[in-house]
Amino acid sequence: MKLALPTLLVAVTIGLMVIGFFGAGHSAGTVGIAAGSALPGLTPKAASPEQAVSSFLREIQRRHWDRAYAGLSGTSGIDEPSFIQDWTGGDGSLRTLSSLESFDVRPLHATDSVAQMRVHLHWTTPVGPLQDVRDLELTREGETWKVIWPKVQVPNLPAQVIPVNYLRWDLVNGNSDDDWGSHNVDAPHVRIVSMNAIDTAEGSAVMGEVVNEDTIPAFVNVNATLVDGSGNAIDEESSFDKIAHVLLPKQVSPYRIDFPNVGLKNVKNVRMDVKATLTPASADPVIGVMNQKIESAQGKSVLRGELLNQSGQTVNIPHVIASFYDNNGKVVWVADGYVDRALLPQTSEPFAVEIPNALAGKVQNFHAVVNEYSSGKS
Amino acid sequence: MPWLTSTVRVSPNVRRAQLVCLAVILCLGELCPGQGLKVPASVTAGDETIIPTTGSGKAIFYLWGPGVSSKSEISLGQEVHLHSRDLRNAGDYLAIVCSAVCRSSAFYVRAGKPAYLNFLVHPSRVPVAQGDAVSGVVLPFDEFHNLVPDVATVNFRLAAGSSSAGSPRAQMQDGVAWFRTTSGRSAGKLQVVATLDSLSSTRIVQQVASDPCNLRIKGERTPKSVVVETEPVHDCSGNPVPDGTIVTFSVTGAGGKSTVDAPIKQGIASAKIQASGSLVISAASGTVMGNELHVGGQP
Repeated sequence: MKLALPTLLVAVTIGLMVIGFFGAGHSAGTVGIAAGSALPGLTPKAASPEQAVSSFLREIQRRHWDRAYAGLSGTSGIDEPSFIQDWTGGDGSLRTLSSLESFDVRPLHATDSVAQMRVHLHWTTPVGPLQDVRDLELTREGETWKVIWPKVQVPNLPAQVIPVNYLRWDLVNGNSDDDWGSHNVDAPHVRIVSMNAIDTAEGSAVMGEVVNEDTIPAFVNVNATLVDGSGNAIDEESSFDKIAHVLLPKQVSPYRIDFPNVGLKNVKNVRMDVKATLTPASADPVIGVMNQKIESAQGKSVLRGELLNQSGQTVNIPHVIASFYDNNGKVVWVADGYVDRALLPQTSEPFAVEIPNALAGKVQNFHAVVNEYSSGKS
Repeated sequence: MPWLTSTVRVSPNVRRAQLVCLAVILCLGELCPGQGLKVPASVTAGDETIIPTTGSGKAIFYLWGPGVSSKSEISLGQEVHLHSRDLRNAGDYLAIVCSAVCRSSAFYVRAGKPAYLNFLVHPSRVPVAQGDAVSGVVLPFDEFHNLVPDVATVNFRLAAGSSSAGSPRAQMQDGVAWFRTTSGRSAGKLQVVATLDSLSSTRIVQQVASDPCNLRIKGERTPKSVVVETEPVHDCSGNPVPDGTIVTFSVTGAGGKSTVDAPIKQGIASAKIQASGSLVISAASGTVMGNELHVGGQP
């Protein structure tokens, strides 16, 4: 009787280990690490495409690069260092600061010799969770399925000198003992040019556009307070990262302020407050937003395009913020998305931001701006 | 008397009310003000003065005023000397002499001659040709930082470069004189000088170009792209819009829409955008729209 409980616990543990060990390859619609083998070195042979992709991604997740690379087909044509850099990123990009938290695998197409799988990769990053969708090709080599990893196309930049003579604004702080009123510099004049409040799946959101009307750069933040019928504040939030904070003269930025769990039915009024302060800034780099199109992908509407770095400076983390307008020119949605690859000089990177399906039908036009975070710049 | 040690600055109205209350309290305690205590009708801040006393024997002299409370032993029948340091702050004072009974009198210390001007001009930066956009306020103070409320005329002189931009005059009311005016039509420094008697104070307002006016673009097609640039960008007064101002170019074609936020450089903003086929090109700066170009596809 004394040994009954320990015996039971040991038996259950062994049972769970056995289920985990042998059951991994049989689960349909593999989801992340839950489907993995817990014992390193005992990965079962990939007898099915799903098993091969799951095993491959688990090794990626654990950063076992040698084992992951061993799961690639010989026809991949990518060397191991390039393969590793493809997953770990470089040039101070967002990918270098990210880790693969989990993944979902769904079959798209399969024959006896080849298969196509769609994987949803869930990354954890300093700017919040990011999702990436990739379609992987697999081939059967003997009894084992292997992933075909395409060769990474590294932009081949010729050596060149790019003259930069764009403007830069610096701030000089006066002495504190200056004569009162003699050396004041007013804050930049910034104005909210449009505002719209809508209910969302998570609560509500206030969005619109803000313009720097001044002749100097401004660091801008937009705050909103929801007010009920009695004049009491229900909630107060700020635009956080859904705005281009540094606005050059006459530059326009979308903003969106989310109010989770607060619907608009009890809101009588919205108090807007835009705060602008002096900030040093540079007019470089100039990033073009090219070939923007709204497309449908996997049942979702997305704005796709390419960011083109027209300067000679690497942009480590590009961030796209887009406003979407209806046929009256009213902003009906503001969406943003980070690009997890660095934007090298004179090169482009694709981006995509999602539009909620409920609003996609209303969208007639759009405007995207690019926030850039570069190492060595505040 | 713990209230005598208070040095908290209060407004003149509150202080007068306190003095009235104090006088009532003294009267109720048979310590009526004014009995045998002659104080000067008015004293200038920072001046010395005397208060004669009558009677004989020792007494305690209290002085209570803005930022001042003191207690000293005096001999009745002799003058009480109030030093310059005791009377630096303008306002109502109360002198109290206590022996067998207490006697008190109130007197007023007024500000001295203006020694400097506090001059606040707003804003520091203003677009040209804006109505009532520039304002200035002058407050004169004496050497002890007392606001001088005397009636006087302040002359303001505005100059943009070497030319005068106006000379408004303002009568001081309760120690304040102010003006408001329209900004000039030329970008550059606007010097604003306030003068009161021999005193003057200068401030600088930066007049900057207003919104772009009549924004016009032109485009040129190259084999794989289109180069688009603005004509020199000016405001409606003809001032060049400062370099660094953003002009957003939009090119819409079969491949989608491409936008570039390009800064003005040497008066012109330009961008090179890869696009082919028929294109519609537009430009905007802030909320100002430019013209639209239609570029046909190359044969």
